[in-house]
Amino acid sequence: MNGALPFIAAAALLALTLGFVASRGKDMSLEQWTVGGRGFGAIFVFLLLAGEIYTTFTFLGGSGFAYGKGAPAYYILCYGTLAYVLSYFMLPPIWRYAKENGLYSQADFFVRKYDSQTLGVIVALVDIAAMIPYLVLQFKGLGIIVEVAGYGAISSTLAIWIGAVIVAAYVMVSGVHGSAWTSVAKDTMILAIVVFLGIYLPYHYYGGLGAMFAAIDEAKPGFTVLPPHGQSLWWFSSTVLLTALGFYMWPHTFASIYTAKSATVIRKNAIVLPLYQLILLFVFFVGFAATLQVPGLTGPNIDLALFKLSVKTFDPWFVGVIGATGVLTALVPGSMILITAATLIANNLYRAVNPSADDRQVSRLAKLLVPLVALVAVFFTLKGGETIVALLLMGYSLVTQLFPSLVFSLAHRNIATREGAAAGIIAGVSTVAVVSLTGANFHTLPWLPSQVQDLNIGIVALAVNFVVLILVSLAMRLAATPARAAAE
Amino acid sequence: MRSIRWLAVVPFLALIVGPFFVNRATPLILGLPFLLAWIVAWVLLTSFIMAVIYAADPANREDEP
Repeated sequence: MNGALPFIAAAALLALTLGFVASRGKDMSLEQWTVGGRGFGAIFVFLLLAGEIYTTFTFLGGSGFAYGKGAPAYYILCYGTLAYVLSYFMLPPIWRYAKENGLYSQADFFVRKYDSQTLGVIVALVDIAAMIPYLVLQFKGLGIIVEVAGYGAISSTLAIWIGAVIVAAYVMVSGVHGSAWTSVAKDTMILAIVVFLGIYLPYHYYGGLGAMFAAIDEAKPGFTVLPPHGQSLWWFSSTVLLTALGFYMWPHTFASIYTAKSATVIRKNAIVLPLYQLILLFVFFVGFAATLQVPGLTGPNIDLALFKLSVKTFDPWFVGVIGATGVLTALVPGSMILITAATLIANNLYRAVNPSADDRQVSRLAKLLVPLVALVAVFFTLKGGETIVALLLMGYSLVTQLFPSLVFSLAHRNIATREGAAAGIIAGVSTVAVVSLTGANFHTLPWLPSQVQDLNIGIVALAVNFVVLILVSLAMRLAATPARAAAE
Repeated sequence: MRSIRWLAVVPFLALIVGPFFVNRATPLILGLPFLLAWIVAWVLLTSFIMAVIYAADPANREDEP
């Protein structure tokens, strides 16, 4: 037993307790379990949306990115901001349509808009394929945090199992209410801890922010600006654009829009969330502070920068407090993903093969699926080995493929047909898969100008998706026109 | 006042096109490298822009209970 463990254990217990208490006095129908009865006000919606942004990726990946790569990490601050701008215009119509039609999942939205169960199945499959890496990411982060912050007393494997059991248990009982309640504890702690670390560490080691950046510029010239090649300006701009479009396509983020009780709640959040994002700035400060203090971490280990520096700087009990915060940053998003994945399987896959199933059966099945999805994620976590950012980027490219057909469906007169939407999504997702599996990028085409070589390859998948969508939609409309004329 | 919505384009220009013109480490602004200071300034301005759009948007009054 060391000084850090009691704090980490307390965080796990707190999450469990809040998660259970959250269901009190509510009859946990599917409506309550998945979308909180569509009755959440500004604060809960804010916390749910923010809860999915301040994840272990922010905590470990954000600081690790700044530590290992420097300026390219700034992209994280940009894409969120732009996504919030989009959200002001894009989310209220989605919310209204979901409320009018009693939708539970993102796939439901496509089913209704395009009047096609099959499209719903396709979207649900893409969603699940993207969410599993996201959940793996949270579990992996949880394991790292508990192992490092607990000074090795608890192995990462054991931590992952304990975390998975806790989150699956409270999600089964309380659903999204549990996520909302635990996110109150999580956001309070992450705000305090990250701001403290981001201010204290630069002062402690360098005497101030300016002195820290001057020292970094001295030791590693060009580290705080974008490099001329590789993760250059062209990489930066294309990645910011792509991830800003994909941001709200994450099925669990999309579903948390449904919990809002009015559209104004969503619009208010578009003002506050950019400011709240600035917490990331302090995460970057921690990474930059670590870069000269705990040098030598490479590859996947850059994600350890924050904790290595914390262990070097603080007493074990305080490392435990930081670890406790880290545990909560894994559990809250993990719980949202579990709810969403289970809802998708029960509501969009099971219902597609068994259309006579009623809401009660679907609700019961969704809850039973929670431990199963958690188990699958634990399996991949213990087997896989990629670094946190790489995993997340693949999931991001997958969900971004839903953007074109979603945006078209919001227009007054949708030019995309159901076949076009399906073909576009399939073409885009296949491109992502080929690119990820073969490791292809523009750098393998030396005849391209270097600016083009640096572009995010996801742009290609989105372009393929868009072109296929338009062509197939046009073809279907042309084919339908003479038939209709003949019928008349 | 629907035209005020077009203000929302500005953050996109500032954060996607803007970096091409401000990709430099110095001068440090409030201790931040110039590029990072530019981004932080625009995050703050974006929040302000969204507040202006919100205030001018009649939809937010219709929704009030």
